[in-house]
Amino acid sequence: MHQLGRLVAVAFIALLTMGSASTAVRYNDLGHKMMCVCGCNQILIECNHLGCPDSERMLGELRASIAGGSDDEGILAAFQDKYGPTVLAAPMLTKFNIVAWVVPPAVLILGIALTVVLVRRWRLRATATPIGLPAANFSAVRERIRRETEL
Amino acid sequence: MPTFGSFALLFALALSGYSLCAGAIALRQLATGSRGHVSPERLAETARRAGIGSFIATTGAAFALVWAAFNNDFSVAYILHHTNRALPGPYKFAALWSGQEGSLLLWAWLLSIYGFVLRLRHKVDVKLTAYASTILAGIQVFFLLLLNFAAMPFSLVGGTVPQDGFGLNPLLQYPEMVIHPPMLYLGYVGFAVPFAFALGALMMRYPGEKWIHITRRWTMVTWLFLTCGIFLGAHWAYSVLGWGGYWGWDPVENASLMPWLTGTAFLHSVMMQEKRGMMKSWNVWLIFSTFLLAIFGTLLTRSGLVSSVHAFAQSSIGTWFWTFLVIVLAVCLFTFILQRDHLKADNRIESLVSRESSFLFNNLVLLAACFTVLWGTLFPVLSEYIQGNKVTVGAPFYNRVAVPIGLFLLFLTGIGPLLAWRSSSFKSIRKNFILPCIAGFITAVVVIVCGVRPWEIFTSSDQGSFYSFIAFTLAAVVVTAISSEFLRGAGVISRHTSQNLLASMMQLTRRNTRRYGGYIVHFGVVIIFIGIAGSAFNQSKEEELGFKQSLNIGPYRLECQSYSQDSNANYDTEYALLDVYRDNKKVTQLAPEKRFYAASQQPSTIVANHSTFAWDLYVIYAGKNPDTGQPIIKVFLNPLVAWIWIGVGVVVFGTAIALVPNMSAALAATRSRAAALAPAAEAVAARGGD
Repeated sequence: MHQLGRLVAVAFIALLTMGSASTAVRYNDLGHKMMCVCGCNQILIECNHLGCPDSERMLGELRASIAGGSDDEGILAAFQDKYGPTVLAAPMLTKFNIVAWVVPPAVLILGIALTVVLVRRWRLRATATPIGLPAANFSAVRERIRRETEL
Repeated sequence: MPTFGSFALLFALALSGYSLCAGAIALRQLATGSRGHVSPERLAETARRAGIGSFIATTGAAFALVWAAFNNDFSVAYILHHTNRALPGPYKFAALWSGQEGSLLLWAWLLSIYGFVLRLRHKVDVKLTAYASTILAGIQVFFLLLLNFAAMPFSLVGGTVPQDGFGLNPLLQYPEMVIHPPMLYLGYVGFAVPFAFALGALMMRYPGEKWIHITRRWTMVTWLFLTCGIFLGAHWAYSVLGWGGYWGWDPVENASLMPWLTGTAFLHSVMMQEKRGMMKSWNVWLIFSTFLLAIFGTLLTRSGLVSSVHAFAQSSIGTWFWTFLVIVLAVCLFTFILQRDHLKADNRIESLVSRESSFLFNNLVLLAACFTVLWGTLFPVLSEYIQGNKVTVGAPFYNRVAVPIGLFLLFLTGIGPLLAWRSSSFKSIRKNFILPCIAGFITAVVVIVCGVRPWEIFTSSDQGSFYSFIAFTLAAVVVTAISSEFLRGAGVISRHTSQNLLASMMQLTRRNTRRYGGYIVHFGVVIIFIGIAGSAFNQSKEEELGFKQSLNIGPYRLECQSYSQDSNANYDTEYALLDVYRDNKKVTQLAPEKRFYAASQQPSTIVANHSTFAWDLYVIYAGKNPDTGQPIIKVFLNPLVAWIWIGVGVVVFGTAIALVPNMSAALAATRSRAAALAPAAEAVAARGGD
């Protein structure tokens, strides 16, 4: 059971980080993973405001880092060291930041599981109670069915 | 006029305060059977009239601010900071919501309008309306307290009054900004009405589900306003911000999305309560949450709690909003705990594979989406509190976490209508699902043949192709499911009335506008998803273009015909004239601009966009090369963007249909018979009546 949990965790982290191998579009990818630090709150490669004091310089540094042979993780870490953690457009999978990634899917999965359990319990309760329909009530039942299913 | 405005606000506060207090006393007397000097009915009536009076006073205040803007009354600090003499008329009107104080006044004014309509229609249910009216008066008191004591729109400038104002933020000088904020606010504020009815119904232990019937149209109209507001904002961002996208997952955008998601969940689950007496507590909390999120969104955009690209109107009024949020939450919790036995469900879900379950899962996914957005928006604050440093939670986070949830929702949109009520047999599932599944499979193959490579998710960090592949496939499933529902119903009518299929479909829709209007809304949502899926294939290019030089992107060639500059009283502009060719045939001429506004001393981008069904050719004037003096042009080729705006149109159309009352079955049958007999009657008449 413990191993299964580990396997699921590894698979989940692999899913989040998959495809991080370098490609011809690394510049574009990395440019989209960082923010401009001038305070405009825009993705680095999308920063378009006139006279921005930072974006051109940062993009130049990014080009130089790629040309220098650094890997993606190394480039992101170097930028983070230089400009602080807010330079990354999304938190990295480190320490507390993992919580950011894990909580939303966990909430969804937990919600689905709870709903399934709840509905199954209701269903069991419903099947335990037999419903007798007197013939005289048939038109009333038909009306109720029509009302309930007209959506 | 500033004095009149200030007085009107103070008067409105007094009237709202009276409406709240007198209303509360009257309702208390009615509930306990005690009587004072004045009968509770008369007291409640005075409270209602005071509420109407508050609307008139708030309208007066809003008028005073607009009047001051149009008359360049720069003695009013708000007018000085948000307008100038050269500002065109519509933007002077828009100044009402361009800053902190004005937008709070807009909120109070819209709330008073909603309250006015509600109080006029009080005969629908006098007692319930009295409860709702008192709760609305309470909300109104909060906003009027803010306007009178914390964010005063009529504050005067100290010392000498300047000759001209500082102007309106250039980003707001765009036609959509004249309608986007009011739409959004109509949505935010509008949710106060179903909230007030829900809380009132719970307080008075309202028997049955009539309060839902009363608020159904309110909720739908409000939801529609919010939907329009959100997409107008997206369109504004696309047209003005000039970064080539329409949604940046900015906290301000997220603030509008959260109440929309819970409001959408409420619109779905409330049907379960109406029809089967289920999910009563759930619904009450959904509408409570929607209203609380609307307030929370306002708090987010103004308190500086999170940094935002919109960065407008930050101030210290956050404490006021936090206090209000806590009070509202406490009232909701207290009322719920006190009256929870009134919310017992009449029925239970009997099967996991049923229409009821699909509604439940739809709600769950919508709430999970809302939670994800809230989590992402607040995580930087949480991180700072726990780790001691802020982090950014931007588009890459939402693309990985929220987009899959959105696709799951799309999947549920498709399968919901195919499931039977109470329980679905395996046979019926197989019968109903086979066609949509085939459509999905064919679409998947076609999409791959067209060049989409979903497996690239395993070799690249770009998940766009995978998500768009799933979106296109699910879109085909949902469209087929919706169409088969329409065709099945229309086929039955057609067989009984001998009408053609189209006429039968129209009759089917008119007989159950809510159901089929809802399907049309779902169809619109599918179109929006297709449009969003197109963003995975965006292309962009940036080049310096001299006279007669050209740039190629996709099937287009852009040739620079000229570049120049111009100026008027409001702004200076630089622009380029670009001829656009496709297959060596000129299709249009585009003129991207960069403006520099004189009063505010700020630049602004005016995007030139050539939009078709297939893609948008989106061109930005990025600036001038200081060495050569030639313009730098940035071009985006964004596929399927037009589908998003078309989808919104379909959503609006579907909602409008759902708002129309049903034509009764009897009337429909009479009309069909008459229509069937008409040709025979004409033939008889043509033969001379023999």
